[in-house]
Amino acid sequence: MSKRVTRLFIVIALSLGLYFALRECFRFIQAPETPRLLGALVAVIAGVGGVWAIYWLANEWVSLIPFQRVREKLLPFVFLGPALFLLAVYLIYPALNTIYISFFDRRSENFVGLANYQFIFSEPDVRIAFRNNAQWLIVVTSACVVLGLLTAALFDRVKWESLAKLSIFLPMAISYVGASVIWRFVYAWQPPGRPQIGLLNAIVVALGGEPVGWYLQPPWNNLALMVIMIWLQTGFCMVILSAALKNVPDELMEAARIDGASELQVFLKVSVPYIRGVVITVATTVLIAVLKVFDIVYVMTRGNYNTEVIANRMYVEMYRFVNFGRGSALAVILFLAVVPAALVNVRNMRRQRGEQ
Amino acid sequence: MKRLYNNKNIVRKAFTSFLLYGAVTLICLIWTMPSLGLFISSLRHPDHILTSGWWTVFSRPFDLSQFTLENYRRVLGAHGLGRAFLNSLTATIPSTFIPITVAAFAAYALAWMRFPGRDSLFTLIVGSIVVPLQMTLIPLLRMYVSLKISGTFPGIWLAHTGFGIPLAVYLMYSFISQIPRDLIEAATVDGASHFQIFTTIVMRLSLPAIASFAIFQFLWVWNDLLVSLVFLGTNREVATITVVISELVGTRGQDWHLLTAGAFVSMVVPVMVFFAFQRYFIRGILAGAVKG
Repeated sequence: MSKRVTRLFIVIALSLGLYFALRECFRFIQAPETPRLLGALVAVIAGVGGVWAIYWLANEWVSLIPFQRVREKLLPFVFLGPALFLLAVYLIYPALNTIYISFFDRRSENFVGLANYQFIFSEPDVRIAFRNNAQWLIVVTSACVVLGLLTAALFDRVKWESLAKLSIFLPMAISYVGASVIWRFVYAWQPPGRPQIGLLNAIVVALGGEPVGWYLQPPWNNLALMVIMIWLQTGFCMVILSAALKNVPDELMEAARIDGASELQVFLKVSVPYIRGVVITVATTVLIAVLKVFDIVYVMTRGNYNTEVIANRMYVEMYRFVNFGRGSALAVILFLAVVPAALVNVRNMRRQRGEQ
Repeated sequence: MKRLYNNKNIVRKAFTSFLLYGAVTLICLIWTMPSLGLFISSLRHPDHILTSGWWTVFSRPFDLSQFTLENYRRVLGAHGLGRAFLNSLTATIPSTFIPITVAAFAAYALAWMRFPGRDSLFTLIVGSIVVPLQMTLIPLLRMYVSLKISGTFPGIWLAHTGFGIPLAVYLMYSFISQIPRDLIEAATVDGASHFQIFTTIVMRLSLPAIASFAIFQFLWVWNDLLVSLVFLGTNREVATITVVISELVGTRGQDWHLLTAGAFVSMVVPVMVFFAFQRYFIRGILAGAVKG
């Protein structure tokens, strides 16, 4: 009995110690006078170590309970509890709350019914965002999948396959912000007569044309922004599609070749239909990312020059207009657009789980 | 007659292979040209960048005096990218390891513990993948402001952890649930507690899955703009590198010497991580580690 009491005191002391230690660490990290490098180091130790310490202590608390039945009932929630708590606080509650406040005015004080939705669908600026998102959806998704298939098929046939793949794949490691700067420089514009420093305008001028403000002049500027996303996402499509294409049984392709099919026909009529399921997964994944596109538009144009998209408009409603009702309504629309594609993906994930 | 036919065939084959290699080279060139331009420009003198195209350096490739590190010195120092870089590290590393820990514990419970409602909890957690980030921003922003944790690093760690949980649990579960039952049962017979089994056996065996998710989460958090903007903000004390660069584009959009060097600094870490762990990265992608 006394042993248990001693342990209880130790656990209490350690819990209090952890609480104060973490509090001090966080204060230290946040303080403006803390040297940044030291702050980063403390952050890593406190953040990573702190989480483990919390689990360890929770486990100790439960193991102090004298009844085995109770311990066994509680332990799963020590393991699962933090995940469920964070899920509830960061995803489930806010999502439900967003739906709720989308029916209220800008400060969520008065119920306004569907007024926010009415506004969204009638305001010309927002309608441009819908139109653009639809264009992004069609152009970027199909371009990524087609280019992914094309590169996967072509690169499979050359000797330096891995190097070629790397060049397509590397942009995936780059942020949308970084990619936007890269392409802003490709699109750079100088007045006619001055030397062009942007690659595209240099080519245009060398061919005898006038320099073009690629990402500034509607309607084609949207395409200029889409190219950035295609450049980033094609690598993702290529990796998955390439792995799937390598799994197409040789006998199947051989049989088609014996029947006199050309390589192109084998690819389009045998290989691609065989990996249809993977193509759909890849397409829905890109589609979801495209629907939520924000960074590229935010960095390149802030939604000006007719390049607005839903996610950027939502950000604008939140911060510039401080209208939480309209911002929430936009988020709900985005959610409704994402759900069908996301459900297809979740179903695929569950199917994979069933197969294992 | 037969030989002629063969010759024709060889010519055709050579032509196809020429076309193939030509097309592949062209695609690779198109894909790398933009990054190459950025990198070369970041090393050129500011007025050279504005008066001649970056490709002109190839006309005198051995003239090293056309290159300089001055742009990096300026952007890291006076323009605060050095601080932003460390802020990004401070935000990113815990935001990578906390979700792994939390998700691994949860996945272990879902896979190896018995309790009522286990399957529905799994569905709830993994099903939350359908919720786009945008659905959570306004309520969370209000909550953060009222709790006064807006603009703090622990605040963004928790946000990234919360957003990462569904995918992390899914990936960790699909791995942890595959650990042979005998291993776990043998340890239980030896008197090991769940906590001991988890820390000694499960975590060690799950290292490949942990590595895959860690790389994904690291790249995602480091490269993220929206979550950083909302939860940390643009205050230079805490702003991450993506936020600072997007501000630079707005305020100094024509200062290409700063933008190119800054963008390159922001890409160094993720590209290095990517090269070091490419294998795990691809494995993660194929296992469904994708986030939007």
